[in-house]
Amino acid sequence: MSVKISVKGEVVTAYLSGELDHHSAREMREAIDSAIELNIPELLVLDFSGIGFMDSSGIGLVMGRFRNLQRLGAQLHITGTSPQITKIMKLAGIERLAKLDMGGFKVENN
Amino acid sequence: MKTINKFTMTFDSYSSNEYFARAAVAAFVTQLDPTLEELNDIKTAVSEAVTNCIVHAYKDKIGKIYISVDICDGGIVKVKIRDKGCGIPDVKLAMEPLYTTVGGERAGLGFAVMESFTDGIRVVSKIDKGTIVTLTKKLELRVKGNA
Repeated sequence: MSVKISVKGEVVTAYLSGELDHHSAREMREAIDSAIELNIPELLVLDFSGIGFMDSSGIGLVMGRFRNLQRLGAQLHITGTSPQITKIMKLAGIERLAKLDMGGFKVENN
Repeated sequence: MKTINKFTMTFDSYSSNEYFARAAVAAFVTQLDPTLEELNDIKTAVSEAVTNCIVHAYKDKIGKIYISVDICDGGIVKVKIRDKGCGIPDVKLAMEPLYTTVGGERAGLGFAVMESFTDGIRVVSKIDKGTIVTLTKKLELRVKGNA
């Protein structure tokens, strides 16, 4: 499990990797939240292309970050989700909260 | 439904065992030659059930989690996840999507995911005795019988 953070202007991108479950979610959450606190972005991109497995703990992670971003008036963008992850995201109705890109393509920021 | 092959395991309710639990069940089921999607569905449902044992059943302590996997006739896989924790006061309410008692970052979707990723779920619970979740998944058979 790891989180790599990249900051470009007002955009913070968190590249998640490993397996996202209740055990690993805490560490990921802390890493993403400190990046948000430090950079106050306008957009947070959560890149799931390195996540091999996710259960509903990932939904908790996304919804929690969404709430934090709402307070800042910032947007959430989810990218790189596998079919298994997309299935859970859709079950939870995440596309109503965030822009959801499926199939693993990346967001380019200038 | 006749059991052809059975696997049981017991482990402590440490969250670090969540990965182990779903991987062990998946490894046992692999002999049926499941598709990647079928295997992922089982892993996801098992992960939800095990997380419930850790977060809810044994909320403030470490207890034992018991898992058995039955491979039955016709490619049917039955996974039983049992704990001896606090029990669920109202199973019907607990199974409603978005219902959660712990708040924080739990989405309240555990049972909804289990239901949607399997072909059947049965929950039996008794206060202070524990909970048994039985998940059933029918796999498309590519290998006949006990491979």
